[in-house]
Amino acid sequence: MTQVMVFAENNGEKVHPVSYELLAKGRELAEKLGGELTAALLSGNEIDTGELIFRGADRVYFGKDEALADPIETVHKEAFVQVIEEAGPEVILIGATNFGRSLAPRVAMALDTSLTADCTGLDIDEDKNFIQIRPAFSGNILAHIKSRTSPQLATVRYKEFTEAPRETERQGEVMEVELYLDRGNQGQVEILGEQRGEQVNLEDAEVVVAGGRGLKKEEDFELIGELAEVLDGKVGASRPLVDDGWIGREHQVGYSGRRVKPGIYFACGISGQSQHLAGMKESDTIIAINNDPSAPIFEYADYGLVGDLYEIVPELIRQLKEGN
Amino acid sequence: MPELTYVVLIKQVPDMDQVEFDYEEGRVDRSSAPLEPNPFDLNALEEAVKYKEAVGGRVVAISMGPTQAESTLKDAIARGADEGILLQGKEFAGSDTWATSLALGYAIETLAGFDLVFAGEKTVDGDTGQVGPEVAEYLDIPHIAFVSEVSKREEGKIEVESECWGATYTKSMETPGLITVTKDVNEPRLPSFKDKQRARKAEIKTWGVEDIAIDPDNLGITGSPTRVANMEVPPPDKRESLILREDPGNAVNQLLEKMDLGRSK
Repeated sequence: MTQVMVFAENNGEKVHPVSYELLAKGRELAEKLGGELTAALLSGNEIDTGELIFRGADRVYFGKDEALADPIETVHKEAFVQVIEEAGPEVILIGATNFGRSLAPRVAMALDTSLTADCTGLDIDEDKNFIQIRPAFSGNILAHIKSRTSPQLATVRYKEFTEAPRETERQGEVMEVELYLDRGNQGQVEILGEQRGEQVNLEDAEVVVAGGRGLKKEEDFELIGELAEVLDGKVGASRPLVDDGWIGREHQVGYSGRRVKPGIYFACGISGQSQHLAGMKESDTIIAINNDPSAPIFEYADYGLVGDLYEIVPELIRQLKEGN
Repeated sequence: MPELTYVVLIKQVPDMDQVEFDYEEGRVDRSSAPLEPNPFDLNALEEAVKYKEAVGGRVVAISMGPTQAESTLKDAIARGADEGILLQGKEFAGSDTWATSLALGYAIETLAGFDLVFAGEKTVDGDTGQVGPEVAEYLDIPHIAFVSEVSKREEGKIEVESECWGATYTKSMETPGLITVTKDVNEPRLPSFKDKQRARKAEIKTWGVEDIAIDPDNLGITGSPTRVANMEVPPPDKRESLILREDPGNAVNQLLEKMDLGRSK
């Protein structure tokens, strides 16, 4: 039976939510192929396998080995290849997270098979071909890719598809895969430390308030931060300000920074270079504040406020606070 | 002891700020923009040069592409590479990331030896970021992707910061190994006039399929596992905008009303 497999990225505690989005899309593809949907869960610890079944997996291939507790691609590749060889999927979907984008190419090369990066659309055509749609040329074109090898791998952007609903009455099977990992390969990469807590995770924000060149000095990010706080959002920035060291790279929205799709995106003093647009143009609602009425950002915004951000942003903060 | 060797993978790409897209024909007009080294690859090159400065050795820049990609390799020499190698020939044209990685892997194996391979996180035209890790897998060496800082440069061992799984990890890797770098990793230096003059005279080696002993059936459109079935150039995502030009108080009031934001009536 044709099988669509989803790689369930996890850090040993939690499965990355992109996996649930892939299960939703994977279900659709599996139905068009008349096949089944499985998940590959590789972990260093015991981890909840039931959730993947609730989200649509017919079967979960679970491989546990303490060597998988760390994000070391060579080790995960070896385990994943063993699972793929045992399960025999035709289509494999992997989240285009940093880890997924780093692991998937190793797996594709190890299996001498096709891999399409960073897909934004997936479909099965009338001849049952797997069609992978992906942006290229810095997001300016969309390429439709077909593969001629099997299995066919694709990494898929986070937040591109809706999460599969959680159906707690769903039944499925858990298959524990016995892994044979070559200990000789381990130790080539060693984890010396791990820092958490400073993560901005702009991708997860419902509201992003971003500042650009229209800001006159570094301290003025406080104003942006204040508006973000009132809206329970996060602070973003355009590249020049990050390059100038006004704010950390983890706040950068754009092609070479983060790609965000929040419910509301405020572009404050951002002119709207294509570099920046590539990172935010898919936001649900875009509000641009700029004193230059000819700034390109206004063409991409739902609402444009022409004027001085130093007057408009404080006014926004004031009225929002009043409204509550 | 052979000299320590740092390999940099580098691609020539069109300047994305200038390249034009034909929305009706659905194609990229590559001739519309000047060619330049992929910006992310310059960070990889800079990192290799820093390694050489700290530990000693030589930097070899390798590219695959048409004859004009020589200029990108000369640029790499101006910025500190000691040698440039261009994989060139009609057999290579049309290769996808798997076939490209295979060719680059064969080329690296053709060198007398290597210690570290440096690649950019992605190219601005292909946008895949797959070639670095695929090359590492082909060479059967470990890799660390999305490196934002190189914290220690030693012979036989590199220490870096890289982000994944919602955390920043400090990792060390024994050589031989490969890293892919983000824009955070460094600020690439600009070549001096003298460097450029010197690079202009530098000789770029051209290697064809025979030089790296690769079966051409694994290359190009025939050798690639993926192919582009079709391409579309979607029109820019412009929106119907409501422009508010009133004084800030009124504009904000209108905006919040329209959006039903913060109005807990």
